Amino acid sequence: MNTTISMQSLINFFLAVVFAPLLIGLINRTKAWFAGRRGQPLFQLYYDLAKLARKGAVYSRTTGWLFRAGPAVGLAAAIVAAALVPFGGAPGLIRFDGDLVLFAYCFGLMRFLTVLGALDTGSSFEGMGASREVTFSALAEPAMFLALAALVRRTESLSLSGIYAGIDVEVWRTSPALLLLVIGTLVVVLLAENSRIPVDDPNTHLELTMIHEVMVLDHGGPDFGFILYGGAVKLWAMSALISGLIVPGHFGPWCGTLSGVLCMFVLAMVVGIIESVMARLRLLRVPQLLVGGAALSAVALMITLS
Amino acid sequence: MSVELILTVVVLTNLRLLGASRLGACIRTVGLQGLLLGLLPLATGGRLTTLHVVVLAVGSMVLKGFVFPRLLFWALREAHVTREVEPFIGYTGSLLIGGFMLGGAVWLGDRLVIGGTTDLSWVVAVAMFSILTGLFLIVARKRAIHQVLGFLVMENGIYIFGIGAIPGIPLLVELGLLLDIFVAVFVMGIAVYHINREFDHMETDKLDVLRG
Repeated sequence: MNTTISMQSLINFFLAVVFAPLLIGLINRTKAWFAGRRGQPLFQLYYDLAKLARKGAVYSRTTGWLFRAGPAVGLAAAIVAAALVPFGGAPGLIRFDGDLVLFAYCFGLMRFLTVLGALDTGSSFEGMGASREVTFSALAEPAMFLALAALVRRTESLSLSGIYAGIDVEVWRTSPALLLLVIGTLVVVLLAENSRIPVDDPNTHLELTMIHEVMVLDHGGPDFGFILYGGAVKLWAMSALISGLIVPGHFGPWCGTLSGVLCMFVLAMVVGIIESVMARLRLLRVPQLLVGGAALSAVALMITLS
Repeated sequence: MSVELILTVVVLTNLRLLGASRLGACIRTVGLQGLLLGLLPLATGGRLTTLHVVVLAVGSMVLKGFVFPRLLFWALREAHVTREVEPFIGYTGSLLIGGFMLGGAVWLGDRLVIGGTTDLSWVVAVAMFSILTGLFLIVARKRAIHQVLGFLVMENGIYIFGIGAIPGIPLLVELGLLLDIFVAVFVMGIAVYHINREFDHMETDKLDVLRG
């Protein structure tokens, strides 16, 4: 493990922790703008988090310690993932060979505990949501690993920071197809993992159609705040993977960070646009979308192999 | 670079064909593939004579990009078929098989040394993948329209192989090839229409049980 920490990595990490809820606000504002509404304030999630932090939590008598552990561990895992991801040309706060597996399974752990917490409540609706969440993520995971494998193969580096240091304008010039395919896969995975629209509707109010939201119905107060904040940090970390490919930051440290943050905001708006122009897919069609995403990165991997 | 980009989009159109559930979408995708292949000789153009390249590009783009889709849409409309594909093998399964076929094609592309170089491995891989996709579509789909589409995709694979891997095929041969495909698709389009009018469907698996 490399222990030298650059100033920029530290600042990037704090940016991730502080600005993550802003991404959700941007997505919601974009959707509102498309629908012709004024929409909620940009900082709405911050207000929500502050409100939830002041409340007390209510626990059902049927739940055990798993239910209480879920949100805290989930948030911790998301923050670790945010520390791993390189941003704006600078390496991540923590880096070692093979950290991309840890990155993927931070989200795995987060999901696993959310699912256990949902099953712990004994509610049939939450069990249904958990089953769906697990089904879709089982398909999203190979897609993400195939995409990362293509990048590993191209840059011949095994850590996320090494991979993103190896992506520069030269790679864009010689193999644009590879990068476009990988970006396509990562966008599909981003939408699926963060329960955005073609897969799951974050605003739905009907338990039968919910996937992610239904699992956290029984959480309240600070626990729910942890879940919301953890989700925002997860969105930031996964978007950082994409923005690192789009803006290969070799323009010096401050420019790199600035362009990275700008790219994240643009990505959030793109997610908002996707949510506005697309309807939610039928539940049976979602696996098809995810397998299609995996196929994109499989093609990318084949390009690097041939 | 641009050749790699075009070929990658061709691979994606093949995967789309494997995963698409609507006949219309399939026909449009094959049309798009035809247009892309028309661009291919322009992208690899360096070693061919200009007139040759232009005639081939324009000819195949017009034929594969516009005439064939028109013809097939006509057959579809006249035959009054429903728009579902009705596969023997499901869409997700087809996509997975497509992934394996792509892997096999890349493996083959690495092994096959043409003209003493291995620079063409991606071209050969895409050509092989198109041929395999075409064959798979022919066996794995019920509708007779899909047999035509599979045949076209397979021919596209052979075309990629010819353009990318073997320099200097005479213009006359390639034009003759285009004419052959045109006649084949024309005849098949009409055959589909007549099959449908005689038997009220065009599902090939039901044709087995016919007795003379």
